[in-house]
Amino acid sequence: MPELLQTDSALVRMRGDIERALQKPVDQRHWVMVIDQRKCVGCHACTVSCVAENKLPPGVVYRPVLETELGTYPNVTRRFMPRPCMQCEEPPCVDVCPVSATWKRPDGITEIDYDQCIGCRYCITACPYSARVFDTGHTYTEGSPEEMEYELLPNFEYGREWPRDGGSPEGNVRKCTFCLHRLEEGLLPACVTTCIGTANYFGDINDPDSLVAEMAAQTSAVRLKEEMGTKPSVYYLI
Amino acid sequence: MSKNSRTIAWVIAGVGLLFGAIGLTWRITQGHQMANYGSYVPWGLWVAGYIYMIGLSAGAFLLSTLVYVFQIKRLERVGKLALFTALVTLFAAMLMVWVDLGHPLRAWRLIFRTHVTSIMGWMAWLYSSYFILLVAELWFAMRADLARCSDDPGLRGKLCSFLTFGRKDVDEGAIAHDYRILKVLASIGVPVAVAFHGGVGALFGVVGARPFWHGGLTPIVFLVGALASGGALLAFLTAIWGPDRGTPAHRDTVVFLGQLVLGLLAIDVLLEWAEFSTGFISSVPSLTESIRLIMFGPYWWAFWIVHVAAGIVAPLLLLAFRGRSVTAVGWASGLIAATFLTVRLNIVLPGLDVEELDGLKEAFSGPGLSFSYFPSAGEWFVFVGVAALAGAVFLLGYQLLPIVRQKEVV
Repeated sequence: MPELLQTDSALVRMRGDIERALQKPVDQRHWVMVIDQRKCVGCHACTVSCVAENKLPPGVVYRPVLETELGTYPNVTRRFMPRPCMQCEEPPCVDVCPVSATWKRPDGITEIDYDQCIGCRYCITACPYSARVFDTGHTYTEGSPEEMEYELLPNFEYGREWPRDGGSPEGNVRKCTFCLHRLEEGLLPACVTTCIGTANYFGDINDPDSLVAEMAAQTSAVRLKEEMGTKPSVYYLI
Repeated sequence: MSKNSRTIAWVIAGVGLLFGAIGLTWRITQGHQMANYGSYVPWGLWVAGYIYMIGLSAGAFLLSTLVYVFQIKRLERVGKLALFTALVTLFAAMLMVWVDLGHPLRAWRLIFRTHVTSIMGWMAWLYSSYFILLVAELWFAMRADLARCSDDPGLRGKLCSFLTFGRKDVDEGAIAHDYRILKVLASIGVPVAVAFHGGVGALFGVVGARPFWHGGLTPIVFLVGALASGGALLAFLTAIWGPDRGTPAHRDTVVFLGQLVLGLLAIDVLLEWAEFSTGFISSVPSLTESIRLIMFGPYWWAFWIVHVAAGIVAPLLLLAFRGRSVTAVGWASGLIAATFLTVRLNIVLPGLDVEELDGLKEAFSGPGLSFSYFPSAGEWFVFVGVAALAGAVFLLGYQLLPIVRQKEVV
């Protein structure tokens, strides 16, 4: 890493954490995200960067920010909860797939094989977090005088090129991949780098020296719907 | 089948097919963009239509086993009709769910890359076995009649002759042999039918993320619903197109079927009551919300008017007080069979219409990111088209094959 970047910045530290994790065999790392809700201001930059990074078409969103209002006027506050795929350790979406088109990777990420998926959408019903979405092939400029060519450019999910040419992932179920294609190049997920308040932490929880391991160990760390036993890899600091 | 009723049925099927052709054209040219289901409500009318039709098939088939396994003489005359109805509705159900797939041309993977932990994976195998079993059973049930109609003039004779595959003996020994095989096949069919339709229920029942679907009672509810709706369809078809219409024997069969349907409907209502009352009073908010949506949501009329009034109360009254009239049984069972679609819609949709996380509804907008679902015109057209195609196949088979006694096919 260039000397210029040797700072205390959380992003720089997490880059180092990722590089260290990538030196280990894949089954010895476990990617985890920690989202500090106390720092999230609801700017939706993560949602937008995710859409841009993965070239998501209309109706496909991997990381919406859920807003809830607490209290009654004039004593009101808002709570923001970005919701990526939870990359559960026990993912209910995997078992229900009738054609083995989705599985748990050794590093904790749940992957979808777009070429294998038949688009039955059973996995969408099984996800307790509504993290899976159906790509019906829309484009932003459809119905306009000219459909823009940039809409047909490929995305790079799972380290492959997926051009928008009518084939997969159109007609498939899609979801957040923790930006696996970036991770494998040593880069943080797009949502983490874009967050204006560094409310996102990412790294290998199996590495006790990583920032994310420190954050996930905080007493204020919770996971969504723990009672379901899905063991999400996304923690929230509340 | 009288010429009048046949003409009316063909006209209805023809109009339905026309709508179906329009819907299918949209489905091919626009893909899933022509439909109103999406990411938050991923299953809609087509999945509900599939479980509706497969339920009709399972119900009609299980009633046929009363003839071929349990040797109930009063139903002997409608055994073939039950099997044929089961086959046609199975075909329609498969077609319905096939058009719903994101990649229909990959459907073969359900068989060749089955994931054993997925109930949907099992279904592919169970349906395939059921299809083979049904065809074989229907052939053995019809073989002697096919041999008898081989000498008929025209297309019917040629078709009958071809379908005998050279086995034209109609002596007692040959028929007894057919019946022995039929009994074995039908006996295998009972667990297969219970497994596949219980399996459809389990497909929903295992989904822990949807409290309205989740539970051990779901497969049983599906099975009883299948028996009630499939039985009703068979009773309806027997009343209007059954063998020897106008004779006491026909009346006796229809009345008996009506009594069976009445009993099955009563059990179905009991299960529904158990499910709704405990769910509504439960302390699981999303479950209560699903039931509230059914009873008091924007489509309350589908539950109260279509299902409760037209699908339960009217048929129950007709069957209980006019159960000896063929016309009344025909109307009652027709109402049950037709309105059962709302039961299936009210299983699929309320389970999905509830937000899994607070704030999801408003978090992001786009096509398919909505919790308020009503089928699009295209979805209705395709559904009507598939039902019409099933009707047309039924009519063709009814006219060309010895499904009911030959003298009846005028």
